[in-house]
Amino acid sequence: MSETASGSAEIDEQTRRDFLIWSTVAVGAVGTALAVWPFIDQMNPAADTLALASTEVDISQIEVGQSITVIWRGKPVFIRHRTQEEINAAESVDLADLPDPQTDDARVQKPEWLIMVGVCTHLGCIPLGQKSGDPKGDFGGWFCPCHGSHYDTSGRIRKGPAPNNLPVPGYEFTSDSTVLIG
Amino acid sequence: MSGGTSNFQSNSRVVNWIEHRLPIFSFLDSQLHQYPTPKNLNYFWNFGSLAGIVLVIMIVSGITLAMSYTPHTDLAFNSVERIMRDVNSGWLIRYIHMNGASMFFIVVYIHIFRGLYYGSYKAPREILWMIGIFILLAMMATAFMGYVLPWGQMSFWGATVITNLFSAIPLVGDYIVQLLWGGFVVDNPTLNRFFSLHYLLPFVIVGLVFLHLWALHMHHSNNPTGVEIKDEKQDTIPFHPYYTIKDMYGLGIMLIFFAFFIFFAPNYFGHPDNYIMADPLVTPPHIVPEWYFLPFYAILRAFTSDYWVYQIISLGGTLMSAKLAGVIAMFASILVLLLLPWLDRSRVRSAKYRPLYRFFFWVFAIDCVILGWVGGLPPEGVLVTIGQWSTFWYFFHIIIIVPVVGILERPKPLPDSIAASVTSAPQAAE
Repeated sequence: MSETASGSAEIDEQTRRDFLIWSTVAVGAVGTALAVWPFIDQMNPAADTLALASTEVDISQIEVGQSITVIWRGKPVFIRHRTQEEINAAESVDLADLPDPQTDDARVQKPEWLIMVGVCTHLGCIPLGQKSGDPKGDFGGWFCPCHGSHYDTSGRIRKGPAPNNLPVPGYEFTSDSTVLIG
Repeated sequence: MSGGTSNFQSNSRVVNWIEHRLPIFSFLDSQLHQYPTPKNLNYFWNFGSLAGIVLVIMIVSGITLAMSYTPHTDLAFNSVERIMRDVNSGWLIRYIHMNGASMFFIVVYIHIFRGLYYGSYKAPREILWMIGIFILLAMMATAFMGYVLPWGQMSFWGATVITNLFSAIPLVGDYIVQLLWGGFVVDNPTLNRFFSLHYLLPFVIVGLVFLHLWALHMHHSNNPTGVEIKDEKQDTIPFHPYYTIKDMYGLGIMLIFFAFFIFFAPNYFGHPDNYIMADPLVTPPHIVPEWYFLPFYAILRAFTSDYWVYQIISLGGTLMSAKLAGVIAMFASILVLLLLPWLDRSRVRSAKYRPLYRFFFWVFAIDCVILGWVGGLPPEGVLVTIGQWSTFWYFFHIIIIVPVVGILERPKPLPDSIAASVTSAPQAAE
């Protein structure tokens, strides 16, 4: 009798102890995770970095066929005043030929103005093609010298290791001659 | 640590007083003086202690450089130039630190290939080997972040390319990259945290080295025959003075080699582009990492969408992008070494008695050199194909050849003991 009693008491005590141990571990783990989070989160962009305001650009001086590079959030943004041939080339592409299919229409607000972030989507180099003497790649747009990605006249990836088209930032034309990026 | 014969005795009352409270004298005596070491170690066994000494040189030169360095994007480049021109002996300390990184990798790579040749990673030294791989990873992280600090063009664009690797991770990649940068590009927050971590990691390496030595002293050094110590008296000699003097001699040779670069070719391992201040709007035409990363860089770049290995592992391009595959392969090329003790099925350690393995060892070593060579050149034409086949061979060697050779090979007869291998060799020659 006494043996059974002590046996069941032992089991009781074990489950009660297990419960205490596991709840302590659980509370401890959650508490530790909460305490660790600020030390990881401090690495994320700080408030002043996030507050880097949008950039307003005067585009009235850019001739047809010219490009300028402006800085937005520390990144270069390409603004290109496209020629009619470039627009035609960009619009006539068969979407099936594109690694990252997107119509030219979806990438511009006004066909003559192509505005996009000039950072190669492979590993972050700045593609060449902004200056008249630069190599423009096999598709007449931009060429990344680091690992050989070719972009077309709509900034879409056509050949090489980059997986995506050059991203289009949020922007709006505040007047005929100015554009607000961001 | 075991294996120490601690018959330490002292007549000094001070020593005995301390010893009674903290047995540090008997500990040092057993681990560095009496410590039994195989009597047949060749000069390839110098490179472990050399690596330890280079680590100390790097820490001392690094701490002193930090006294004059400013981790800010506006000031970093000029503060390094000030170290070079105005700080007393600053040029010397910086050239020691710059070339010391290359020396560290030269010494450690030889140390690793020594382990591969003589089978030092096999039981019971698997954990010793694995800690070594972690030391290599910590060294790579430290070297990468240190190279960013001068804030030259290669610093900036190297940091951009390498941190962008993490954007290949599905879903969370972009958030991770932002977390690493502390912004939307490599910028001042990035430089600050890299400086902080570059200062921290060497001390993490010191901790890992201590574990590495602890594991080493459990079962003692391997040796060129790969036969375990059987009779301490016959097979071993005390570490001091026999190996302390041999290590000192090797250190002298290495320091001559090191000093040649410091004084006569200080920028040999560097890139001229890094003497141009970082410009976030201009990418240098040809970005190359430091030489010690080149084989891994070649593996990263081998993965293009038409690479047949990529086509197989991604199930025809559906499972992952070529960029992600390249990133995974680059990290896997080091992590796969952690499995080596279990991939190698042969019970014989030393390649001296494994003719087939020895052949493939040298093919593998040449393959690594080819990868390094390809990694330093632009990825064009036939170089792409060479890089892809060398990448294939790297993994094929470790994952397929090592296990298969271990099963198929008939090793040559092993000597009965370390002592027998030393004493019988000259007789056989006569």
